[in-house]
Amino acid sequence: MSETTPPPPEEPTPQTSRIGVDSWVAESEARRARTPAALVGHGWQRTPDAIKLLAFVGVAASYPFWAANQGDLFIFGIGTLLYAALGMGLNVVVGFAGLLDLGYVAFYGIGAYTYAELSSPQYNLHWPAEATIPIAMAVAALVSLFLGYTSRRLLGDYLAIVTLFFGQAFTFFLNPANPKVAGKGLTGGADGLPNVDPIDLFGYKFTSIRQLYFLLLVVVALLAIAIHFANQSRVGRAWRALREDPLAAEVMSIPVNRLKILAFAFGAAVAALCGTIHVSISTAATPGDFDVSVLIIFYAIVILGGIGSVSGALVGAVIINCSLQFLEPQNDHPSVKRWLFYGTIVLLILSIKPVIRPVLVLAATIGFGFAVHAIVAATAGSAWTTGVPGASAFNPQASGGAVWINHWAIVPAVSHGNFNNCLYIGLVAAIIATGMLSGWWRLAALVPTLYLAVLAWENLLAQNGAITAYLLFGAMLVGLMARRPEGLFGSARVEIV
Amino acid sequence: MAVAAPKPLLELKGLSMSFGGLQVIDNLDLVVNEREIVSVIGPNGAGKTTLFNLVTGIYQPDAGEILLGGESLLGLPPHTITNRGVARTFQTLRLFLNMSVIENVMASQYGRTKVDIVRAMLRTPGWRREEREIRARAEEKLSFFGQRLVGYRWSQPAYSLSYANRRRLEIARAMATEPKILLLDEPAAGMNPVETHEITELIGQLRAVGGYTILVIEHDMHVVEGISDRVVALDHGVKIAEGTFEQVATDPKVVEAYLGTKAAATK
Repeated sequence: MSETTPPPPEEPTPQTSRIGVDSWVAESEARRARTPAALVGHGWQRTPDAIKLLAFVGVAASYPFWAANQGDLFIFGIGTLLYAALGMGLNVVVGFAGLLDLGYVAFYGIGAYTYAELSSPQYNLHWPAEATIPIAMAVAALVSLFLGYTSRRLLGDYLAIVTLFFGQAFTFFLNPANPKVAGKGLTGGADGLPNVDPIDLFGYKFTSIRQLYFLLLVVVALLAIAIHFANQSRVGRAWRALREDPLAAEVMSIPVNRLKILAFAFGAAVAALCGTIHVSISTAATPGDFDVSVLIIFYAIVILGGIGSVSGALVGAVIINCSLQFLEPQNDHPSVKRWLFYGTIVLLILSIKPVIRPVLVLAATIGFGFAVHAIVAATAGSAWTTGVPGASAFNPQASGGAVWINHWAIVPAVSHGNFNNCLYIGLVAAIIATGMLSGWWRLAALVPTLYLAVLAWENLLAQNGAITAYLLFGAMLVGLMARRPEGLFGSARVEIV
Repeated sequence: MAVAAPKPLLELKGLSMSFGGLQVIDNLDLVVNEREIVSVIGPNGAGKTTLFNLVTGIYQPDAGEILLGGESLLGLPPHTITNRGVARTFQTLRLFLNMSVIENVMASQYGRTKVDIVRAMLRTPGWRREEREIRARAEEKLSFFGQRLVGYRWSQPAYSLSYANRRRLEIARAMATEPKILLLDEPAAGMNPVETHEITELIGQLRAVGGYTILVIEHDMHVVEGISDRVVALDHGVKIAEGTFEQVATDPKVVEAYLGTKAAATK
């Protein structure tokens, strides 16, 4: 070191640290923290958890006063809050304790059916909710103790197989099995248990959508606080420790098997609580509400929000439920649907780096579209280009306010034989071809692929929202996982080998 | 300090363990007295880490007895053995990497604390008191390493620590279980000469200040020489020598185990 070099400062600044210096890893985060996204993330991290929850509850509490109608309050409000509670419960099992529990939806069902047995004309029992809800939670927790005890030595894939089997066995128990108890089918088979009583707490009946919404909001807020507090306690630390390294946790005085079963039971009780509320709202317990497709939504919420993050589960529930509901064909939101689709596509493309490339691809796609449209308009009949984009069997006139699409994408006015099917097969082929190319060739191939995706969307997918929802989910999750493997609010996991 | 007649803390009697046909520990007798530092040396594959796994209950021995303060540890699950007063570190660091530095040391106090999840969710005064104690104890254990771990923000994740500091954190985490005996598995592995010197002094302090009895596996003979009251040499699961460092280091059997017969013959 030369004479002129100033003495190193006491606190090494990021500029002076080198690879190999102790705090390098920590400082690398500080160095990265200059991008706008990182600044937002940093601000979010420094916001106290109480304020985050207050903000969520505040916005949620105001929703009944600006929701368009009772139907919206039902599908967006109640649906989201129910998913939020379920997501938080699943997060305890999967996020904190790191147990891949694919039987979670069965506990949701056990809660719902237990409530329905005790408060419906099925056996003519009409117990009050202050009794049936704790009973339902206890039943689910007991069943989970059984499942947890038998599979306590399993982790990862093996646990997933056992719990998935359990979930399937439960749906089998509900529908074809339907054992006879006291002269009646216990679960009501495919019809389920109809005419379930509304929740009746200490003589107060929750019947209107608004009452149920606020009940759910209180449940969600209390659950968020309880789970956050549990996570900050010795049990929460033990859960996270066993997620990190079960053997080390065991040797560090943590009874790993007991804590795994506790996490299972905790998640099961939360799921059962949600099940009781769900069944009291829908007034019927039906087997279809508790199958694997529902489980996928729970997992999508937890993964999107960030595994192990309570606020992530809340935000994940909002995103997943709302996009799911917008895509439901009977919910008439063609323009929102279109925004969701194009937004997802643009976000996916923008994840390509450097940023000039996605911009070029998007510009080229727009140009390509106009060119193709002009050629078709000039050479083929006008029936090929004058359809109504976004029209569906439910709403043939719905254009979603986007007639401009007609000048860019090809939307035939009448169905042309196999045009839609060819589009779809062409899109799949184009995606495969794009995946096989690399470099600039891949970017070039992206242009027609995107345009095909747009055509497939406008002509085929938008009309089949229920199915498209899952495609869009997949695209959203793939895009997010590529950019942020830890989810929106999760913290990055580091493995040192 | 005048020490009374040595009182055995950890006693292994006729301990045997095999994996299939491979005898890893063969009829081993070993006594560690209270406030003693005993080093276990031996070539790779001698069965040193297996010995630790047996004492901490990760493996069950085929034969023999393990006593801690006169009470048998056989058949107990590892977390119970830790609660009885045995703590260890791992040769291949096994920290809870994605938890913060202080949470690592707080998590290992699970067995020493009582407040259940219901009281934690309600944040009762009992939870508050215990949580304060847990944090204070964790800070105390981390402070043991002087400037080395103090310089860090304890809220920073464990993966951001350097290799040497991860070793120190493992020791702090083991100390937080409030053990009677500490089993250190190669505490100086991967450390530079300065750090190795520090760890030698630290192990001495662990006994002098912390009052722990220490059983240590170590390959670095400078460390072994610097810390050990007694050295035990293992080879193929058999105790081949025991005594002071000088006695063991010059024992022909030990030299043979490390260097082969020819070297022993020419010595």
